[in-house]
Amino acid sequence: MARVALENLSHSYSINPTNAADYALKKINLSWKDGGAYALLGPSGCGKSTLLNIISGLLVPTEGRVKFDEKDVTALSPEQRNIAQVFQFPVIYDTLTVYDNLAFPLRNRKVPEEGIKQRVSEIAIMLELEDDLSKRSAHLPADKKQKISMGRGLVRDDVNVIMFDEPLTVIDPELKWKLRSKLKELHQEIEVTMIYVTHDQTEALTFADQVVVMQEGEIIQSGEPVDLFERPLHTFVGHFIGSPGMNILPCHVKDNVALFYGHSIELEGPIIRSEGRCEIGIRPEHIQLGTNGIPAVVVRAADLGQHTMVQTLVNDTGVNVITDGKPLEAGTEVNLCFDPRKTRLYSESRIATAVAQ
Amino acid sequence: MKKHSQRAWLFVLPVVLLVAFNALIPLMTVINYSVQETFGNNQFFWAGLRWFEEILQSERFHAALARQFLFTFTILIIEVPLGVIIALSMPRRGLGVSVCLVLMALPLLIPWNVVGAMWNIFTLPKIGLLGWVMNNLLGISYNMTVSPVAAWITVIIMDVWHWTSLVVLLAFAGLISIPDAYYQAARIDGASNWAVFRYIQLPKMKRVLTIAVLLRFMDSFNIYTEPFVLTGGGPGNSTTLLSIDLVKVALGQFDLGPAAAMSLIYFVITLAVSWMFYTLMTRNES
Repeated sequence: MARVALENLSHSYSINPTNAADYALKKINLSWKDGGAYALLGPSGCGKSTLLNIISGLLVPTEGRVKFDEKDVTALSPEQRNIAQVFQFPVIYDTLTVYDNLAFPLRNRKVPEEGIKQRVSEIAIMLELEDDLSKRSAHLPADKKQKISMGRGLVRDDVNVIMFDEPLTVIDPELKWKLRSKLKELHQEIEVTMIYVTHDQTEALTFADQVVVMQEGEIIQSGEPVDLFERPLHTFVGHFIGSPGMNILPCHVKDNVALFYGHSIELEGPIIRSEGRCEIGIRPEHIQLGTNGIPAVVVRAADLGQHTMVQTLVNDTGVNVITDGKPLEAGTEVNLCFDPRKTRLYSESRIATAVAQ
Repeated sequence: MKKHSQRAWLFVLPVVLLVAFNALIPLMTVINYSVQETFGNNQFFWAGLRWFEEILQSERFHAALARQFLFTFTILIIEVPLGVIIALSMPRRGLGVSVCLVLMALPLLIPWNVVGAMWNIFTLPKIGLLGWVMNNLLGISYNMTVSPVAAWITVIIMDVWHWTSLVVLLAFAGLISIPDAYYQAARIDGASNWAVFRYIQLPKMKRVLTIAVLLRFMDSFNIYTEPFVLTGGGPGNSTTLLSIDLVKVALGQFDLGPAAAMSLIYFVITLAVSWMFYTLMTRNES
């Protein structure tokens, strides 16, 4: 088990990187506690898998250092770092039984056979694989194969970090939910540092204590799931997390007041910057339909079960609202009331309001 | 029940005709010959199973069959592991891949009789490069036309030179289909190179290796042109493999009946051994 620290990490896949576009990762600094559950979240191609492979040692970064506790492991191979990794597609040794698959990493490390037996049966019980131990692994369903892949990581009791690279991609939706809670349960049981890479916000937010959102090789925001949802530091985070994402509305700033089509909008706190492109960010959940507020026209409404999603237009700008009320008919005129505590200003995509004291 | 259109048969017809002409009709002719006796002039007499009994009891056939098995198993034991080793040591990416693949494919592109002729000249003691070097530089007596051992070694080396590439290409195709994640997982699991080969590469190559073994078995068991051009079956009968013997019986002696019976027996043995290989190599896949 170990703390993980990344210092000034950058990586390029080209041999002679010249400009910023050549870098898959740009100046990453991170510090993670021992035993935590972390998620790297971002769209495909944002560099999250590159970052994961650098932490596991499958890739050597172009610049910067990786530290486990105080030890610099940048130059060490995966086996020397003593980490485990679960890949997107289940990796199993086809010709071996489930038992031998789970025992494989221990046998390679010359653990005595009795120790192996004990450890494998413990892990098999944790993963609910105890009935399959004597079966050949080749013909098992995908979710069991992925459990075996996880099991091979968990079976070593001395691993520093276990990494998951979109491990639920090939799993059916209903089993996804089961495996995800299993993983959470396992983490509480064995308290090893876990890093989980995904482009699925639900997976990241339910699994991790702390989520790192990445875009184009940069960390946009790192924090607890509730922070990412409540107070995104970047419009990308606001847009990427939540379903539907945050409303990002064009605005002007005049005399320290944000104006949205002429309506002055009350914000969470004082404006600290207002250069460049300014936008107001507010989540659909934080807008109410009332009698006084910004006039809008309903375009469409959808019943989401517990809530209703109302799409409205203010002039030419679409604004999504989630309410508890009944679906409204298209063409209905409504007034939008923004919750001031949850309304923020973004300048050049980055947050530009301070929290009021 | 729904009535199906029978039109599909029409589409299969050309292939059925083709197969009939190049396989079924010749096979029926051979079966026909195998139970008759002829003295020429297109006159045939019923012989029953006499030829089959005679051939199965003939020492000449036993000897040729034994030589055939010895040859086939020797080249399989050399070519399959050698092919796998070469495939494993080939580069997996970059320009080297195409260079290696082209080099590997070259021997396969040479016509079989040319291969035999090439090796024949290559080994001539007076003017052949190999023959001259062995006899005059190294002082090792090496003459294929005199020594059966030299003839055997040459026939086997020629086949290894000609056909190992096929195993290499098939094994390489199996190797490059293994996703990188397998190698990465194995590194993380602390697997040795041997363990990677034993538990990842070999199982993933198994399918193509089954095909490689079957192809090499059938081809080498039926081999004719190369050893015929190289040694003509000699010295004596020492390299007279089954097919060479068959041609001697059929065309040399013009014994159509025994030759037909012999080729049927030959065919059944090839089929049986192929089936045995296939069953053995795929028995774990349920």
